[in-house]
Amino acid sequence: MAAITSPEVHDDHSDGHHDHHATSTGLSNNKLGMWVFLGSECLLFGGLMSTYLLYKNRTLTGPSPAELYDIPFTSVTSFILLMSSLTMVLSLSAVQRDDQDNAKLWMLTTALLGMTFLAAQVYEFTVFVEEGMGFTTSVSSSAFFTLTGFHGVHVFIGVLMLMSLFVMTVRGRLHSGNSETVEIVGLYWHFVDLVWVIIFTIIYLIP
Amino acid sequence: MAIIEQNAPLALESGEEKTVDTPMGGFTRPKAVNKGWKSWLTSVDHKKIGIMYGVAAMFFFVVGGVEALLIRIQLAVPNGTALTAEVYNQVFTMHAVTMVFLFVMPMAAAFINYLLPLQIGAADVAFPRLNAFSFWCWLFGGIFLNSSWFLGGGADCGWFCYQPNAGAIFSPGNGVDFFALGLQITGIASLVSAVNLIVTVLNMRAPGMTLMRMPVFTWMSFVTQVLLLFAMPVITVALFLLIFDRRFGTNFFNVGEGADPLLWQHLFWIFGHPEVYIIILPSFGIISEIIPTFARKPIFGYPFMVFSGIAIGFMGWGVWAHHMFASGIGPISVAAFSVSTMFIAVPTGVKILNWLATMWGAKMKYTTAMLFSIGTVSMFTIGGLSGVTHAVAASDTQQTDTYYIVAHFHYVIFGGGVLGLLGGMYFWWPKVFGYMLDETLGKIHFWMLLVGFNLTFGPMHVLGLQGMSRRYHVYDDTWGWAINFWNMVSTIGSFILAVAMLVFFSNVARSSRRWKAAGRPDVGPDPWDARSLEWMVQSPPPEHNFDEVPIVSDLDEFWHRKYGEDERGRTVRVAETVDVVQSGTGSAHLPAPSYWPIVLSAGLPIIGYGIIYNLLICIPGALLVLTAMYGWTFEPPDDPDVDDHHDHGDHDDDHGGAAPLTTGEGATEIDSGDAGEPDAVPAGVGAPGSSSSGASSSGASASEEGLAIAAPDATATPTEEA
Repeated sequence: MAAITSPEVHDDHSDGHHDHHATSTGLSNNKLGMWVFLGSECLLFGGLMSTYLLYKNRTLTGPSPAELYDIPFTSVTSFILLMSSLTMVLSLSAVQRDDQDNAKLWMLTTALLGMTFLAAQVYEFTVFVEEGMGFTTSVSSSAFFTLTGFHGVHVFIGVLMLMSLFVMTVRGRLHSGNSETVEIVGLYWHFVDLVWVIIFTIIYLIP
Repeated sequence: MAIIEQNAPLALESGEEKTVDTPMGGFTRPKAVNKGWKSWLTSVDHKKIGIMYGVAAMFFFVVGGVEALLIRIQLAVPNGTALTAEVYNQVFTMHAVTMVFLFVMPMAAAFINYLLPLQIGAADVAFPRLNAFSFWCWLFGGIFLNSSWFLGGGADCGWFCYQPNAGAIFSPGNGVDFFALGLQITGIASLVSAVNLIVTVLNMRAPGMTLMRMPVFTWMSFVTQVLLLFAMPVITVALFLLIFDRRFGTNFFNVGEGADPLLWQHLFWIFGHPEVYIIILPSFGIISEIIPTFARKPIFGYPFMVFSGIAIGFMGWGVWAHHMFASGIGPISVAAFSVSTMFIAVPTGVKILNWLATMWGAKMKYTTAMLFSIGTVSMFTIGGLSGVTHAVAASDTQQTDTYYIVAHFHYVIFGGGVLGLLGGMYFWWPKVFGYMLDETLGKIHFWMLLVGFNLTFGPMHVLGLQGMSRRYHVYDDTWGWAINFWNMVSTIGSFILAVAMLVFFSNVARSSRRWKAAGRPDVGPDPWDARSLEWMVQSPPPEHNFDEVPIVSDLDEFWHRKYGEDERGRTVRVAETVDVVQSGTGSAHLPAPSYWPIVLSAGLPIIGYGIIYNLLICIPGALLVLTAMYGWTFEPPDDPDVDDHHDHGDHDDDHGGAAPLTTGEGATEIDSGDAGEPDAVPAGVGAPGSSSSGASSSGASASEEGLAIAAPDATATPTEEA
């Protein structure tokens, strides 16, 4: 609270500072907006996780999700997703340094890692359906697909944003002056990764 | 994606080539015209959006009111035949949903949108286009919800839509789907607007406007938005699960498949109880502005007011299960939620005491707005007290689903929420529209409303305690004379209420006509001798709000610019109002209007219809949304006609119409010098802003004079406080 009660702290309003206009908190509106939005997302995933935890053992028909999990496979895909956070940081750093080549490289890598994760999720879902656990098979399978599906949609939106950024990099429209756009997408991307850590834990690791 | 606003091209001072010359979007922005209906469709001005919220909410108020009258007609006499059971179920459900989501919340949003930027000294909200999107998204969601009347009937599950009653098995029509998807769409609007307004409050305050100098209305609005931010995703999850059940064959709430119907109740009330405070807190904020103005005293215990509002916001998350005492959640849960519910009465009581203390010993002016505020305090107190009786679980078990509950929540929502909002209309009407509402008609409106309200809902306490259940479409003659009598009284009361609202509408029409006939006399910026910054600008405020960003050194800043204390501590006028208000002559670079908010919003109901009727219809809707998102992101920063005012180096600050970073810039241009640039002045150091700049325009000089006069009484300079 103390940090945000003092709008007077911005004496760094020096000329030629091309980034954002001084705001009361010092954070730009866009960045603060993303932080606030991510706060809301916590409750979205919180609701979905509660639903899953309530229903995870309620299987009247068909196999339960726990019988079908391939934990080593999912561990690898989780690792891939987590590594994409690293490449996200590298791409932001490259954009901030106006290093266009690395920016392109790491932006694309991040998007590709995200896509790999998505592809693995689609594969996992397909296997589960083949083994008799569909979206509507039981309450627990519905809860499983809903939770992981919502996360998948978030990753997908993240990939869309990353690909948009990649196209912008290719066309030379991202540079140190507007690198905050990359940073904000990065915030979202790290959040989505972080949520996966929790989802992975409660679905695959907690018996 | 929509959150990310595109940065404008960057001009490098070093003389290097610009990285980008052309805007990224294919479409140009609409021209910034201020006239005609088209300008409303593309407007991103928070004041216009506030007015649109107000008008649309009033429309839905009439719709919900007609539904209420239908309910009362049906219940006027035993075994009523006006409505069938099916239609009755739909009418009471849609009445509740309309009043909560399409009237009270957006009406509060109207006030917040219009006033919040003005009260904190900002030119607009943080994300003007997202603000427009919130409005259109909410409006289309509301229309979508009500279109169910023409497409097979509305939702019939009650506003909390308990499961499995509202599942596909027991509620086979499309009404519940419209309910779920409609609330999903309005929920997106609320969420976006919450993000927007939270950032606005945190980031856009004028220099010196610390959090503890913000008006109580701004504070309560802020708490409301934080509640919305965290409550909306929970109902989003619940509604998704409901839609999956109803449309895609899952069994989240199908007890036969092992589901737990309490899941819905928990998710709904974790949202639903904060929602109660979302409804009431803006009204608390409004009367906290009105009462000090007409009691002519500062609000009593400002920090207590603020912190009790925050406390309500926090504790509102720990009481949800008191809605579920009768559902078998177990004795420990019941006891815990019973205690927490009693406890939340404490901060509410603090607020009531503070309002009373503000009025204590004051020379009050009993204007219509003040009457409504006093009505709010007293009616809310009645509703609050019956609320405390619900905290006693044993008693609540008797009252659950009776008319006692109906009486309680109408006393808090109508008596607390709606009376406050109506009072706010009388108070800020001259600010928004430039003319006063007629006081005589206003007082007739108030007293009729108060009588009608108490006749309608007072008897429901008795009916409930006599054992009459809510949501029954008929009652029998054999239930006793009391049931018959009080139901008839309640129906008569509801028609008095309706006539009172007609008085209000005729007041609006007459006052407006008389004002126009008199040649539109200027009501002046400060007709009530009020306290906060919005009264410092002209009525209605110029499009850019402030000619010059006010530098704030006090709570009730505007009051302190007008009044000081003499050596014996008596309040004396130190400056004439005309000398401290702004003339509205400046101009500022405002965010350009945009087509995309309305286009993006239009896609969402299409997706909604697609989910209900045919998934293929979703495709055009989704494409529209996606196109609009990219159009939005890559939209050029300015409208085609705007000439570049910005010959200073601070051009770079001017982002794609998104960031309203223009607060300071307007002032800079008027002053034609950097000395007046608000950010450059460390607020509170010396006499703020005075004597430093060669101010050239009258607006600026008048205002600075005001500052200079106010300076001696700005005793506690804020430097150390921060």
